[in-house]
Amino acid sequence: MTSASDAPEPGFRLSQLIYDTRYRSLTIQVVTFILVMAGVAWLIDNTVQNLNQLGKDFNFSFLTNRAGYDIGQQLIPYTNDNTHARAMLVGLLNTLWVSVLGCATATVIGVVVGVLRLSNNWLVSRLMTVYVETFRNIPVLLWILVSLALLTELTPAPNAYKINPATGEAAASMWLFDSIAPTNRYTAVPSIEFTHGLGAIDTPFAPISLNFLLIAAVLIGSVWLNRRVRHHAHQVQDATGVRPTTWWKSLLILVGPVVVVALALGFRLNEPELKGFNFVGGLNVSNAFVALWLGLSIYTGAFIAEIVRAGILAVSKGQTEAAFALGLRPNRTMSLVILPQALRVIVPPLISQFLNLTKNSSLAIAVGYMDLRGTLGGITLNQTGRELEAILLMMLIYLLISLTISGLMNIYNNTVKLKER
Amino acid sequence: MSDTHAQSTAFVRETMLPAKPAPVTQTGAVRWLRENLFSGPVNTALTLIGLFFVYTLVTHFYPWFRHSVWNANSMAECRAAITASFGDGATGACWAMIRERWHQFIFGFYPPELYWRPIAVFVLLFVALAPVLFTHLPRILLCFSVVYPLVAIWLLWGGSIWPVTMVAVGFVLGWLMLRLLSGVGSILAIVAAVVVPVLFWVFAVGPLDDALTSVLPLAIEPVASDRFGGFLLAITIGVGGIVMSLPLGVILALGRQSNMFLIKTFSVIFIEFIRGVPLITLLFVASLLLNYFLPPGTNFDIILRVMILVTLFAAAYIAEVIRGGLAALPRGQYEAADALGLDYWKAQRLIILPQALKISIPGIVSTFIGMFKDTTLVTFVGLFDPLKGIPDFIRADFNWKGIYWEPFIFVGTIFFILNFSMSRYSMYLERKLKRDHR
Repeated sequence: MTSASDAPEPGFRLSQLIYDTRYRSLTIQVVTFILVMAGVAWLIDNTVQNLNQLGKDFNFSFLTNRAGYDIGQQLIPYTNDNTHARAMLVGLLNTLWVSVLGCATATVIGVVVGVLRLSNNWLVSRLMTVYVETFRNIPVLLWILVSLALLTELTPAPNAYKINPATGEAAASMWLFDSIAPTNRYTAVPSIEFTHGLGAIDTPFAPISLNFLLIAAVLIGSVWLNRRVRHHAHQVQDATGVRPTTWWKSLLILVGPVVVVALALGFRLNEPELKGFNFVGGLNVSNAFVALWLGLSIYTGAFIAEIVRAGILAVSKGQTEAAFALGLRPNRTMSLVILPQALRVIVPPLISQFLNLTKNSSLAIAVGYMDLRGTLGGITLNQTGRELEAILLMMLIYLLISLTISGLMNIYNNTVKLKER
Repeated sequence: MSDTHAQSTAFVRETMLPAKPAPVTQTGAVRWLRENLFSGPVNTALTLIGLFFVYTLVTHFYPWFRHSVWNANSMAECRAAITASFGDGATGACWAMIRERWHQFIFGFYPPELYWRPIAVFVLLFVALAPVLFTHLPRILLCFSVVYPLVAIWLLWGGSIWPVTMVAVGFVLGWLMLRLLSGVGSILAIVAAVVVPVLFWVFAVGPLDDALTSVLPLAIEPVASDRFGGFLLAITIGVGGIVMSLPLGVILALGRQSNMFLIKTFSVIFIEFIRGVPLITLLFVASLLLNYFLPPGTNFDIILRVMILVTLFAAAYIAEVIRGGLAALPRGQYEAADALGLDYWKAQRLIILPQALKISIPGIVSTFIGMFKDTTLVTFVGLFDPLKGIPDFIRADFNWKGIYWEPFIFVGTIFFILNFSMSRYSMYLERKLKRDHR
């Protein structure tokens, strides 16, 4: 009986770093690391040299200097005496605001179009196909510019709404019961006002309106109460097999308290009125904002329509038939069987479209809307001449927004994805 | 009972009646209308809304198209011609502007006597693409596809032929190293294939170029980058970006799927960074910051700078698409490749990538379409793109002040045709490459 002896253990040779699969990956990684770091060091060294040559330094203290320029649309109070950092914040909020509104509108358009494209109606499904193909194949910049051109070229000047004393009529008339007036510079819309409101708390960031806080609190309370009612209905159904009618209770709970509080605060719409050459009273929403919002929404809406359509088609017909065989009614089938499965397919690409929309909102540059790029990457950059800092900071902020959204998406994805074993 | 019945029957039909035609509501156009347009109250309402929409569109735009003017020298002449033929208050399209300026939309400010060069490049593009797109063509044509980029650069920008030749010689040197040394050792061959061309370009090109130019000055008239514009610019950046971003995207995707921690981390950081920022900020990096990042005194062409950043941008997106394709491959394919004893690169080249790329075709094409659409953003770094740069330039001319819709329609149509055909081709390719396991 011979005992198998181990192979002789040779000493470590350098060639093993390349030819031995145990060490090769380590070698490759170390070499890559050194190369990448050398590249980064080279870039940084160049930057330092270039900055020295230009007599500049790298610091962000310009953010605390006085900005000195005005911003058309501001969600938080801002004057040109504020700092560049504050201007940046206003721009960032404008970016987020147009993105959120755009995402909401695009989703509505996309869902409607996606469902209609699957309809049996020949005409409507063809129209929707034309819409989707047209908008997907033409750059979004064109749609933004077309929206702006529509708003500025085809709408009247504000004073066209003035009533001519001779004829008793105006050249243009307002929309929706005299509440909205599109003009070639802005769209005048009503603003919300509380006649005996609670005022606001001043914080350095922005004044917080107590009225809206109160309404939000009431809404949250209503939703919680509504959940309790539905939960109770479930319990009754489980115990007796008969589900009590809840829709009128839900309606009452959700709508009633808010209406009461709003009336108590003296809610009213402040309608725009033509005084002199301009509208006062309501809100004048700049055409730049409306054009950007419209352009982004209709463009992204076409993409979302395709996503919704694919999602609905991805649920196999057998699922519907199985649900019918179980005796579920069509709308219950939709909400309990089809939608949960379709959503799993729809949501990830939908969120990535939201991300695209947010990034495309930087096309505000085409219409002169003051978003993050317009403030930090535009006027601040030009005034202070600090392109390196301004652009790096701007990229970092966009990156943070994107990473936040995609992080949330991953969490959602993990909760809805099929648990496979 | 039955007897009496048989007796009481007075008449028995012995021949078949011919089939009656179906009711008029169940045949032909009426049936189609009923089924497809008016099958229920909701459907009818939708049809009516659709019809109303189409009617509104047609009544609003048809007169405008019908009143088109093709011969005029300015907006004012256009308006006068429309008023003269169709009465006061009539509006119409002024296509005369396109007629007068179409060459700027297509070629930008490229010298008119040299238009044959971009046209030749465009035609040759299809010659170069043909063997890639249609597999039944002779494989020898692929050689031209490989040489094409350099030919295109030389024809578009002009100048001496030697710098371009030097670049080609560098690549040939690298390829030779790879072929000659692969017998000695694969790592050595790869290192030599990278190092030798770089050394050649850094040290040998300058003197060689001077020498060759003095011996044989082969040159065509150079065209500066600021003469580029319109679709020439968009297609140059788009095609250049596509060609360069695909290999980079494949490498990044493989890096992201790699088992090596550091390589994976670098790939992820790069991809997520690029995908997280808008293209516009990257274009600003190209126009404002690249001068900081490169050695002092370097200053190279703005189109090249933009193309580099567009390539990086597209590569990150393509990497994600290909990663999807790689992840969709069944685990068994990787294991089978291992079982055959193929090394990493052979397994990728022969087994994994052909399948993964096939799955990713729709995604890759839609990335390309997206990138081609995004080339319009170069207008914000001062280049003359066909969508905003050129029309703004034309509107700055007093004759064409205030012309908005015609350029939008013209440029939009061209973009639509190009992108729509690309997406249809990707559908065709998808069907052709589909290997269903029945």
